[in-house]
Amino acid sequence: MAVMTYREALNMALREEMRRDPRVFVIGEEVGLYEGAYKVTQGMLKEFGERRVVDTPICESGFTGIGIGAAMLGLRPVIEMMTFNFSILALDQIVNSAAKMLYMSGGQYNVPIVVRGPGGPAAQLAAQHSQSMEVYFYHVPGLKVVRPSTPADAKGLLKSAIRDDNPVIFIEAETLYAVKGEVPEDPDFTIPLGQAVVRREGTDVTVIAYMGMMYRALEVAEELAKEGISVEIVDPRTLRPMDTETIVGSVRKTHRCVVLEAGAGFAGMGSEIAAFVTETAFDDLDAPVERVTGENAPMPYAKNLEALKTPSRAKIAAAIRKACYA
Amino acid sequence: MAQTKTAAPAAKLDAELARRLLTQMWQIRRFEEKAAEMYALGKIGGFLHLYVGQEAVAVGAMAVLRPDDYAISSYREHGHCLAKGSDPRRMMAELFGRRDGLSKGKGGSMHLFDKSVNFLGGHAIVGAHLPLAAGAAFAIKYQGGDQVVLCFFGDGAVPEGEFHESLNLAALWKLPVIFVCENNRYAMGTAIHRALSQTEIWRFAETYGIAGEAVDGMDVLAVRDCMGRAVERTRRERVPAFVEARTYRFRGHSMRDPAGAVYCTREEVEREKERDPIALFSDRCLRDGVLGEADLRIIEKSVNEVMEEAVAFAEASPEPPAEWLLTDVYKD
Repeated sequence: MAVMTYREALNMALREEMRRDPRVFVIGEEVGLYEGAYKVTQGMLKEFGERRVVDTPICESGFTGIGIGAAMLGLRPVIEMMTFNFSILALDQIVNSAAKMLYMSGGQYNVPIVVRGPGGPAAQLAAQHSQSMEVYFYHVPGLKVVRPSTPADAKGLLKSAIRDDNPVIFIEAETLYAVKGEVPEDPDFTIPLGQAVVRREGTDVTVIAYMGMMYRALEVAEELAKEGISVEIVDPRTLRPMDTETIVGSVRKTHRCVVLEAGAGFAGMGSEIAAFVTETAFDDLDAPVERVTGENAPMPYAKNLEALKTPSRAKIAAAIRKACYA
Repeated sequence: MAQTKTAAPAAKLDAELARRLLTQMWQIRRFEEKAAEMYALGKIGGFLHLYVGQEAVAVGAMAVLRPDDYAISSYREHGHCLAKGSDPRRMMAELFGRRDGLSKGKGGSMHLFDKSVNFLGGHAIVGAHLPLAAGAAFAIKYQGGDQVVLCFFGDGAVPEGEFHESLNLAALWKLPVIFVCENNRYAMGTAIHRALSQTEIWRFAETYGIAGEAVDGMDVLAVRDCMGRAVERTRRERVPAFVEARTYRFRGHSMRDPAGAVYCTREEVEREKERDPIALFSDRCLRDGVLGEADLRIIEKSVNEVMEEAVAFAEASPEPPAEWLLTDVYKD
């Protein structure tokens, strides 16, 4: 184990996989000479050269399509979105080409790509650069969607994503790149896609949260412990395929469920989780599933308004108390 | 850069080559006519975009490829798939939505794929397969191979952003891809002068520093010569190339569009049909004494038999089993 930042853990995962498999390469805007807009690919041009660390002009649809075409011939590109907001420009390639290729071709052509980069609420970046992007992807059959909350998860899940034979959407976060944590240095360390993890054990209520919301939930759980409420926190890590077993297992234990989500709530991830928890564990629930979501507005710039956009600790605590009838 | 060139001195047209080119063009023509017939009978559903009139482009272009080269196309791809070497029986079964179809019946007319002949598929979002073609070429370059990728698309893809992104990237990175624009003058019902600020489409290539050429797409030998030059240069110099093949579709955009209903005149269609690529080439073969009337009849007859058999094969193939609905969504 070594203590490193989330950013360094991603860098380590990329380097290990590129050393392990000559078919893996990195492609995107500013990934080489500039060493990544967020420095995730720092030092990689020097180690692997221009053939495998490919700087592109600004053309998200074009270079994403290049990655998909290259994957059809057996390569395993890691396509960096400088921020996931720009992936909207490549949405047709991701949804109509990558996700459906295996199916449309009757199993002949799979597309082993990873599309990765930061997404979710960031600091005062306003409406076009600060939003939860996973909703655009997890609806699509054929895609896998990962949201890694910790440095160790970032490394282990990125390695699994690169080794996966399907298109994987891997959304990091600007706000987590500097977070430090223990990370296994073993190059064989991976975390399978589709496995949730219990971040904090508790007995009274299950809170489901990932990324920034997961950290906020941990803080709230400590506060509520003082009130005698024991909160269990489950981090799905992979949104598709979702580890419903671990989530429902936790709910069956605590009999109460609160889902947190940074993005706008309408038809969000929370809706889906609340639906399958209700469908599969209705008889185990002692209270309705609560959702705490971002407000249904674009992200404002002003600091005070921005703070109101994503779920606050107070709102999260209130929802948990409500679920516990406390 | 060059404007339309007259056919180069060219390889001498021998009977063997003539027979092959004519057979392939007839195969496409009859396949499409059979498909239209089956569509009318309700055996084929959805959208069906026919290639009738454009046969010389696919056949002339594929004639210069090696089997290990790649081809990719749009939703009007039956001709390219067939000319790349696919089995017409499995293609027809795909149009019927049957289990022996190339894509197990899951793709349909617009999504024929055949890995066994390096056909990278039919793609139905206009312009979206141009980056895929450049990506396949990127992979060839990455792996140090000497294959090339032929990318077929219509004039309708030219105003799309991905056309320009792909040409720029292919030129910038020197990717071995040949862009073949089949200019049939209409993007669905929109004539090129209503869609493009520059209707000499090959000139867009010039802007990106790619050697571009326009060719008479109704003349299979001219296409073959032009493509031969482009493919040879791309293979030798590892640079992209661009060919604008000027052609015409004799039928509507799809089966739901009776040709010429509103956007072109019957006279125009009839005039263009006088330059039917199969008739032109047949006349040329007879005139040059390469093939005789009897040869032409034999070719037509043998093609008819093959296509009858393709339809019978498709009819006999069962529907895909229900459990296939959920297979091939993810690769294990």
